[in-house]
Amino acid sequence: MDTSLALVLVLSPFAGFLLNVFFGKQLGKTASGVLGTLAVVVSFVATLLVFLNLQTTGKAVSVPLFDWIQLQAITIKFGFLFDQLSVLWLLFVTGIGSLIHLYSISYMHDDENMHKFFAYLNLFVFFMITLVVGSNLVVMFIGWEGVGLCSYLLIGFWHSNQEYNDAAKKAFIMNRIGDLGLLIGIFILGSLFSTLDFAGLQTALAGGAPSALLSIAALALFIGACGKSAQIPLYTWLPDAMAGPTPVSALIHAATMVTAGIFMITRMHFLFDLAPEVQTIIAIVGAATALLAATIGLFQNDIKKVLAYSTVSQLGLMFLALGLGAYQVAVFHVITHAFFKACLFLGSGSVIHALHGEQDMRNMGGLKKAMPITFMTMLVSSLAIAGIFPLAGFWSKDEILLTAFHHNIALWVVGSVASIMTAFYMFRLMYLTFFTTFRGTEEQEKHLHESPTLITFPLIVLAILAALGGAINLPGSTWLNHYLAPLFQAEEAEHALGTLEYSLMGVALAGGIFGILWARRQFITQKSLPKPDEQMEGFAKVVYHKYYVDEAYMRLIVNPINSASRFFRDTVETSLSAVVFGLAKVTLALGAQGRKVHNGNTGLYLFAFVLGVIALITYLFIVQ
Amino acid sequence: MNNILNQIGIENYIFLCVILFCIGVFGVLYRRNAIIVFMSIEIMLNAVNLLFVAFSTYHQDAQGQVFVFFSMAVAAAEVAVGLAILVSIFRSIGSIDIDNLKNLKG
Repeated sequence: MDTSLALVLVLSPFAGFLLNVFFGKQLGKTASGVLGTLAVVVSFVATLLVFLNLQTTGKAVSVPLFDWIQLQAITIKFGFLFDQLSVLWLLFVTGIGSLIHLYSISYMHDDENMHKFFAYLNLFVFFMITLVVGSNLVVMFIGWEGVGLCSYLLIGFWHSNQEYNDAAKKAFIMNRIGDLGLLIGIFILGSLFSTLDFAGLQTALAGGAPSALLSIAALALFIGACGKSAQIPLYTWLPDAMAGPTPVSALIHAATMVTAGIFMITRMHFLFDLAPEVQTIIAIVGAATALLAATIGLFQNDIKKVLAYSTVSQLGLMFLALGLGAYQVAVFHVITHAFFKACLFLGSGSVIHALHGEQDMRNMGGLKKAMPITFMTMLVSSLAIAGIFPLAGFWSKDEILLTAFHHNIALWVVGSVASIMTAFYMFRLMYLTFFTTFRGTEEQEKHLHESPTLITFPLIVLAILAALGGAINLPGSTWLNHYLAPLFQAEEAEHALGTLEYSLMGVALAGGIFGILWARRQFITQKSLPKPDEQMEGFAKVVYHKYYVDEAYMRLIVNPINSASRFFRDTVETSLSAVVFGLAKVTLALGAQGRKVHNGNTGLYLFAFVLGVIALITYLFIVQ
Repeated sequence: MNNILNQIGIENYIFLCVILFCIGVFGVLYRRNAIIVFMSIEIMLNAVNLLFVAFSTYHQDAQGQVFVFFSMAVAAAEVAVGLAILVSIFRSIGSIDIDNLKNLKG
């Protein structure tokens, strides 16, 4: 593989960004959308070529470009690394990215700033590719910051709404907290090993012993991952990020950007392997996030909020797997999750589109007949995320739970409970949206329609992938494990499929079905509806308000910072400036007195001059 | 030279110079005519010059006289500039009474 192919792969979305920024408006909406989509499709095709090449040779390709930062102790190169992990990520980033761009052509067609939307989206894909293929931590960090920026721009895309702007700022600031952790981790590693290359670090750490500093570095990197991948305690930005247009939620806040944390930890697995206590923290945080977010998802009424909490919960499961050292299992779930969650988000976008912006599930219902394709694709994806045999989610989630079972029963229980809740809230969403009768206004009912082909086509493709995606790593034919094997030297022996494994699968499946039936009983048989906001009480109210975590953060962090800054502004700054202004005032007053001497009377000047001479003479001849 | 100085005595030169200098000072302080003020300044200057010369002779040292030449050259230049300023002041306000020169007020 040569450098030019790599450059085409990386720079094509950037070219799309530039063209859309400078010429998007003149091109017109459709042309700008097609241009943006093509830019990503080119990347996808290039990725396929790289992938095929990698499959035949089996060797990772490194593309050094130039020496970027040269210091005495350390030289940071700018280069790309195409190994199994990055190419795998590229495949679904550019693949799903292409589909979502295609979808956006139709979805965003009524927006006057469509070229801007595609410019940002292309820029996002460019930065995501940079993040994934960077050959060292610093290049990865460029992409890491870049996707954060694009996420900010796209969450606040409809910037005339102040709430959306606040959501964008929240996402940006929370990510900054995580990024600080990441930077600290990078600095520690750089000062320890004088290299930031992944390959160099792996060599330096190979066979190394755990040390406190390494653990701190691993923990710092994990904090970075927490910010980007929305884990406790930095998860609250992701649900708010749903303020952005739905394709953005699908691409950035479900399928790609939020998996960057998992990518980074998988990339740096050799470091985390040396920090077992950090791995324990990761597993616990992951499990806790999975459970917490799942419970919040149970009571949300905004269709996108349900999916957002579901994303947080699924990311938690992935971190659980990472914490247990089962990196390939986490990667497997990242991929299947990208398929079905992108499909679910795009499906919800299709529903919102049909209802002209309605997002509250209490005002939906009975859309099955009007939108059959959306319904079918979302049903497949919901079954997949609920972990129903033989769809993709079943295999990946099952592997996570299986790994958890082998390590720690408590983690398995937490994961399983989260999975049952997942099944429940997903089918709560499905039943409230598509079954029974329509609860919106008559006006909306008249305009109900299936979305155009540009929207349904990506849905169908993603639904097929969500159904069959599990095939890449079925127990027995473990393609993904073999594919990733060169990355993880200490490959665990594959679990033999015994009675235990089959019974665990059975338990997981039963749990999923139980969740679905529970939802069915509540929303179909009893036809109960979620109560209006003000009638909620007790536990449901607490959960509906997301355990008041946002309020707690407000009280514990934001308000103290605000009052501290107010104190500094009103008291400290005022007193400091009082001193400065006071000095200035004294000088002014003295000057005003001094001016009076200069009254223009030459005689007085002469008199003063003589007095001065006399004083000088007195001093020189008499005092001395 | 020596004889004259011995006959008159250096103290008298000093008294004369002090008197001349004081006349100059009072002239500067009391007179309102700019030209007279100017002349008074010249008197002060020349009182000092005279003292220089007297001491130069008293000490048998030519340095004091050289200094006076410099001082006279500078004084000549100063007079030229000063008189030119006075002329232009007279042209613009029609008077050289220093009480009328209030435009330098700060």
